[in-house]
Amino acid sequence: MSASDAAGAGHAREVDPYLLGRGGQYGLGHAAVTGRGAGGPASKTVVVAYGFWLFLLSDIILFSCLFAAHAVLQTATAGGPGGAELFKPVNIAIETACLLLSSFTCGMSAVACGLRSQMWTQLSLLVTGLLGVAFLVLEANDFAELVREGAGPQRSAFLSSFFAVVGCHGLHVTAGLLWLGTMMAQIFVKGFRADILRRMLCFNLFWHVLDIIWVALFTIVYLIGAGR
Amino acid sequence: MLGKLTWDSIPWSQPIPLVAGGVVIVIVLAVILWVIIKGYLPYLWNEWITSVDHKRIGVMYLLLALLMLLRGFIDALMMRSQQAVAYHAEGYLPPEHFDQIFSAHGTIMIFFAAMPLVIGLMNIVVPLQLGVRDVAFPTLNSTSFWLTATGALLVNLSLVIGEFARTGWLPYPPLSETTYLPGVGVDYYLWALQISGVGTLMTGINFVTTILKVRAPGMTYMRMPMFCWTALAANLLIIAAFPVLTATLSMLILDRYLGFHFFTNEAGGNMMMFINLIWAWGHPEVYILVLPAFGVFSEIFSTFSGKPLFGYRSMVAATLFICLVSFTVWLHHFFTMGAGGDVNAVFGIATSIIAVGTGVKVYNWMFTMYGGRIRFDTPMLWSMGFIVTFIIGGMTGVLLAVPPADFQLHNSLFLVAHFHNVIIGGVLFAGFAGIVYWFPKAFGFRLHEGWGKVTFWLNLIGFYVTFVPLYIAGLLGMTRRLQHYDVGAWHPWVLIAGLGVLILALAAAAQVIQIVVSIRERDSLRDETGDPWDGRSLEWATASPPPAFNFAVLPDVRGEEPYWALKQLAIERQQLAPEPVYKAIEVPRNSPVGFITAFFATITGFALIWHIWWLVAVGVAAAYVVFVWFAWRDVTEYEVPAEEVARIDRARRAARRQWLAANAQAGGAA
Amino acid sequence: MSDHLDTGDVAAGFPEPQGYTVWEDIQGYLLGLVLAILLTAASFYVVYTHLIWAPAVPIALAALAVAQIGVHLAFFLHLTTAPDNTNNVLALAFGVLIVALIIGGSVWIMSHLDERMMPTMNHMMQMQR
Repeated sequence: MSASDAAGAGHAREVDPYLLGRGGQYGLGHAAVTGRGAGGPASKTVVVAYGFWLFLLSDIILFSCLFAAHAVLQTATAGGPGGAELFKPVNIAIETACLLLSSFTCGMSAVACGLRSQMWTQLSLLVTGLLGVAFLVLEANDFAELVREGAGPQRSAFLSSFFAVVGCHGLHVTAGLLWLGTMMAQIFVKGFRADILRRMLCFNLFWHVLDIIWVALFTIVYLIGAGR
Repeated sequence: MLGKLTWDSIPWSQPIPLVAGGVVIVIVLAVILWVIIKGYLPYLWNEWITSVDHKRIGVMYLLLALLMLLRGFIDALMMRSQQAVAYHAEGYLPPEHFDQIFSAHGTIMIFFAAMPLVIGLMNIVVPLQLGVRDVAFPTLNSTSFWLTATGALLVNLSLVIGEFARTGWLPYPPLSETTYLPGVGVDYYLWALQISGVGTLMTGINFVTTILKVRAPGMTYMRMPMFCWTALAANLLIIAAFPVLTATLSMLILDRYLGFHFFTNEAGGNMMMFINLIWAWGHPEVYILVLPAFGVFSEIFSTFSGKPLFGYRSMVAATLFICLVSFTVWLHHFFTMGAGGDVNAVFGIATSIIAVGTGVKVYNWMFTMYGGRIRFDTPMLWSMGFIVTFIIGGMTGVLLAVPPADFQLHNSLFLVAHFHNVIIGGVLFAGFAGIVYWFPKAFGFRLHEGWGKVTFWLNLIGFYVTFVPLYIAGLLGMTRRLQHYDVGAWHPWVLIAGLGVLILALAAAAQVIQIVVSIRERDSLRDETGDPWDGRSLEWATASPPPAFNFAVLPDVRGEEPYWALKQLAIERQQLAPEPVYKAIEVPRNSPVGFITAFFATITGFALIWHIWWLVAVGVAAAYVVFVWFAWRDVTEYEVPAEEVARIDRARRAARRQWLAANAQAGGAA
Repeated sequence: MSDHLDTGDVAAGFPEPQGYTVWEDIQGYLLGLVLAILLTAASFYVVYTHLIWAPAVPIALAALAVAQIGVHLAFFLHLTTAPDNTNNVLALAFGVLIVALIIGGSVWIMSHLDERMMPTMNHMMQMQR
């Protein structure tokens, strides 16, 4: 029973296609066209994207624990420096800009993949990567400076939780860049094969979610933290 | 060069771990040698180790579970015997050793016995019940299993090289910080769980995707078997809870390895935060264990009563209710930590409310039995033992849910008896029931019924003789994890519990005997048709064992209990459904990626534990290389030609036709 | 997985199944980028100027962050309320619920515990004055 069949039948009968469980709308006892799996196994793209989406949600939950720890420990400065003394708005603004733009260029790479254009895909992926590297370099610099000032993660619980949550995000960006490089190589060597396109879809999801986490990060850690 | 690892890391001066470790090493080497000499290695490699077939992976999970159950049980024997003799005496286990034993017992039982037991059953059964060929991500499935095995290996390595944690199965700070436990014990625990935790998370993602997106045509949500609903709920909980475990253990790792101050005494650390977060994982974890157990019993109650499950919709609702509410009760594990009356009251009420979900299920199971024709085969015996035992355990749980009562009973043997009551009565009984029930499907022959009954009764009696005295001792004030004691009132109860654990040892022996006897007599126990229990769901439509592709043609699902409807139709018409048109089937290729990844994970984990930094770098780099090498492959599937599919399926249909004819002669439709 | 395909669902991250033209696709991303830039700028502005009454700043920031996350989800991840996206949105809702329980629950519990901790030596001496 293909989607077009069911769609056609639905039009002819004007029946609510989202009714669960009560079979028989199409005289076959089958559920309707968007049965969310009840029309048989979903296509590989849908399955892979959904599984990866679930993984990203689990990753968000991981970050939420680090955020919770930071929320609890944000006043535990042990006599050391707090957020107001430490955070530099200009750096954070530039890092935010880098990541946001890289999200955009990542979206462009998805468009380029849709067009099967090797050049535009590699170009947009390269720009995405470079912006990601810029972000990491700036962040690493910030960290090194904090450590030099005696405000490293071993100084206090507040700083431990800060370095952990921001550092975890940075580690994810690093892993993402490794993945990006591998994707660029794969697309170059093997072209736009179906499984490679699925991986590009997953990479896109990953990169956009990283930016979403950064939004939460700079809001909670830096901007709200700047008030302390 | 070798970090903290020295020759003295091996426990030369401690006879018990030395001898135990030595015996295990000898047995393992002997088995490996036997496999190699007999020439089984290629078979093992091609058919099992590199397999991405959910049925094979499920069997390997169950094997790991049973082995680790035995290991954890030996720890239990040691603890009970130590306590039996350590009245006004020191016993035979020094405190440092006793601490490691109760820590290892809990860790192994939860993470490497109960979880693999439940995950193994889900692996074997869920794709078959959904009427599909495999899970959504078969190679990821294999990786999950091997990562879990890595964790088990690391924990067991601690017996012979180094030591294990002395913190209990949850490493509360500040004891677990390097200030108080600078050795490798806690590190073994942490890395074993981090690695196997990744595997478990992957399983959660795999199964939720499978259940939601990969089902036979026509199988709407409300036509799924109950076991699949409970599997869905449990795997949703895995996705939600395991990241919390990963994050919390990571924070402890940062404290221990890089001098962070999340949970330390100084510099503002907050130890209570660890307890809060770890139980935010810990409570959903027990529901991850028990929900599939409920699913197993739903299947067994309906099959062995010859009736559809009573109240299917309310069962689904109860399952999802338990799934959601399980994330709102975690504070009941630390009522005594001092959050105050308001907070304690909210969580106490939530804990009492969650019992309602289970209550709904229990009533539905009873109404399923009522009016049915009950067959008292071994799986049904386990189910009835479960219902009585679990209800008692659940009631003691609701008792503990009342904060003032908990203030008296927290960390007493009453608590210990409660959670063993529900985990053994719930999860373990379900594991055994599920193994006996689905063994014929996986292997093609049933387990010996007589020895099955013996095992059940020994387990049931042994459980009560062991744990009822512990309830009493707890009420009399005995705390958990005591290496010695001198309160006379407790002594007789501890002795009876010691007797009970010997009965359980007999039960374990009976279980082993059952398996050995069944293998020896497998021809007389053969499952010819694939449906030895007169089943109702789709897994019984396949041959035993099913071919790699499960179903020659995906079933067309028209209602609940699709296989039962098919069967009744066939019996009525005295003929099978018409032969389908056979097409070639694409099956995923085997892959060594899971095994190799786990191999490097073991090396990396070991290196991290012993601070061998260059080896860590090698392990991580190697893991990345393996990953890229796997991602580079071009051919991911092989094709089973249509003629082969037809041949296999026609054999299955012939067996069914024979059964149909034999039963018609015996006097009509059953 | 190839016998019978349910084509009724859309993959997370995919644009509409009917497919946009390339320009419409790019427009979506551009609009998302512009909105995100505006919201980010607003967040920084709120903190480093006195536009909003000081005690309300955290809430304003939270609102702006939620809005920006929504922009990301809609324009970059193509997560909409279309019926074929239901599974994806439900999964997100489940995740958000768990995040809320973990962060909210932890903060509530830990603040209560903190309140009931014995005061430190400094506090006790200050209280005695």
